Amino acid sequence: MAEFAIDRFIDRYAARTAGMSASEVRALFAVAARPEVVSLAGGMPFVEALPSEDILDVVREVFEEYGSMALQYCGGQGLIALRERLVGLMAEEHVTADPEDMVITTGAQQALDLIGKIFIDPGDLVAVEAPAYVGALTAFGAYQPRYLQIDLDEDGMIVDQLQEAFVRGDRPKFVYTCPNFGNPAGVTLSHSRREHLVALCREAGVPIVEDNPYGMLRFEGDPLPALRTLDPDNVIYLGTVSKVFSPGVRVGWALAEQSVVQRLVLAKEAADLCGSSLNMLVTERYFSGDRWRHNLTTLVDTYAGRRDVMLEAIEESFPSEARWTRPAGGFYIWVSLPHWIDARAMLAAAVERRVAYVPGTAFYPDGRGTNQMRLAFCYPTPERIREGIGRLGGLLDDEEQLYRSLHP
Amino acid sequence: MRVAVLAGGRTPERDVSQRSGHRVTTSLNRRGHEATMVDPAESPLVETLRGLSPELCYLTLHGKEGEDGTVQRLLDLLGFAYTGTAAFECEVAFDKVLAKDALARAGVATPPWVVIEGSALRDLGAGAALDLALERVGLPCVVKPSRSGSALGVGFVQREADLPNAVMAALAFSGAAIVEARIEGSEIAAGLVGTPQEPLPLVEIVPKNGAYDYAARYTAGATEYFAPARLPSDLVQACAAEAIRAAEALVTRDVTRVDLIADRAGVPWVLEVNVSPGMTETSLLPMAAHAAGMDLDDLCDAVLRSAQARS
Repeated sequence: MAEFAIDRFIDRYAARTAGMSASEVRALFAVAARPEVVSLAGGMPFVEALPSEDILDVVREVFEEYGSMALQYCGGQGLIALRERLVGLMAEEHVTADPEDMVITTGAQQALDLIGKIFIDPGDLVAVEAPAYVGALTAFGAYQPRYLQIDLDEDGMIVDQLQEAFVRGDRPKFVYTCPNFGNPAGVTLSHSRREHLVALCREAGVPIVEDNPYGMLRFEGDPLPALRTLDPDNVIYLGTVSKVFSPGVRVGWALAEQSVVQRLVLAKEAADLCGSSLNMLVTERYFSGDRWRHNLTTLVDTYAGRRDVMLEAIEESFPSEARWTRPAGGFYIWVSLPHWIDARAMLAAAVERRVAYVPGTAFYPDGRGTNQMRLAFCYPTPERIREGIGRLGGLLDDEEQLYRSLHP
Repeated sequence: MRVAVLAGGRTPERDVSQRSGHRVTTSLNRRGHEATMVDPAESPLVETLRGLSPELCYLTLHGKEGEDGTVQRLLDLLGFAYTGTAAFECEVAFDKVLAKDALARAGVATPPWVVIEGSALRDLGAGAALDLALERVGLPCVVKPSRSGSALGVGFVQREADLPNAVMAALAFSGAAIVEARIEGSEIAAGLVGTPQEPLPLVEIVPKNGAYDYAARYTAGATEYFAPARLPSDLVQACAAEAIRAAEALVTRDVTRVDLIADRAGVPWVLEVNVSPGMTETSLLPMAAHAAGMDLDDLCDAVLRSAQARS
């Protein structure tokens, strides 16, 4: 007889799973996967831009140079050949590093989880941007922190707010920030705020977790110094090849001082023993020589063009009350709509009109952001971006008409 | 028997439907049928069905296209027999504007309601009459899209000021919104199976946070269920009788789930009638069947035999 049970283990799950619930938004994304829906939701890198002959060469080189090593376990810290290669990649952004101070993780996402694991006890305070990267909120969330939310403006995190919190006596375990064209807001922390932030945190004895997935995708302007460069001792730096090479290889890393690295390595070994040797070596070979530079230029040009198209289309079709960010790089534009818009409720109507976005509430731990949305310009072609933004603009017009009629 | 189990599709309930479909397919195969799952979002439906040439289609598609008569009409055209309610009756049952009217005309108790059409708001200035809607149904009330499943777009309104937003949210899912009086009482699901449809034991639904919304439905552990329901036997009888009346009023077939609320005075109110009830591990119908000593295989077989007897 077939077993029937709702969930036999219901009384046995850990309290930390209580926040993991089914959501309407997730259900709607099932529909957004239809090919006719222009998805401005997901932050999928445009990996189609990478020539497959390059990748085939890379894989061939892996087996020519490393042989069966690519098929074997490696140490929890990750292969030294890759760590050395990534030291060179970080140097491109003027971040100096010793390969011994690095641990390779399964995407930077795993580094977020491991950081949560080694730093957060239930009820601990963690400072995050508002809005913050949703993947960081869910990774940390499993360790049951309380959040101190620091608002963003066009110059990134409003560091004065953090200072006020410190003055009040708040001492978060760490401050998490995505300073370059961050997800989701697309804004960049200004030079003066970078200096303020590192000085403030150093004085308060609060470490900074600097997440930098998009730094190399700068379209214009001069690069700003990494927080890690400004204060190597107090900043844990997270990197990834997901946006400059491939998210499919799942290669990210943390760069931190030895005591932190040792704990991260132990936590990493407990989680999955070690990363994929094959993927590490593919990544190492990809960033040898100069082919990656050429491909990165193609990617940056592609993304910059798509950003321009999206900004232009938004300007044309969105209501005059709407405000949006103008990212100098990365993947995302953050839109604030009139206060009466509920972007989460509106998503169903958007999908019906064949366009999708991510409602703003996903990026706040406290339910704010109802009238905001994240739009990704990285994946759809310029034509599709124009189409998608046009459809959203039409929907916003109709919503306004509906709102006016409901508030005569 | 060669059976095509239709599941998945491109609705927000895709995930739920796929889980239903997998379980039904496994059950039917265990009973010696030759069941194949067909997902219209993954393979072209007409060609796939022609290739499979099933003797019967078992429908576990949820939401628009699956429950509103669309797939039923296509199967009628193709000449394939299917489980469940016929096309026109599906269309009526799925659209709460039509279904509530049909239920009321047949004398079935359904909570007082008002329909707010999106086009009336946009073109006729209906917003100016919103206060009348509240006068009619009172507070608290529930606002629902006319055509949507799984509680998607449903909002609970406590204060008058929250009504416009709830209406806008519901209209995101459908062209019309239903503003319905919220009846306090025990939430009940009544499963009906076979020809004629026989009631299964009632399931009582107790959401932990008070509202049986999307998260409460699909997050394991968010809701407590009691099957059979902890109600006095006369109220159980009354609920089952009302459920049968509702199914008869909407002329459903083979399998139906009627959602009711039994109020504190012991009156059962019909909220809605589902022609494609979920069959997942957290779904109400399999739970009701379980309380009757039927496992999922028995339940699927009963639905199949009911449809087979017709063709």
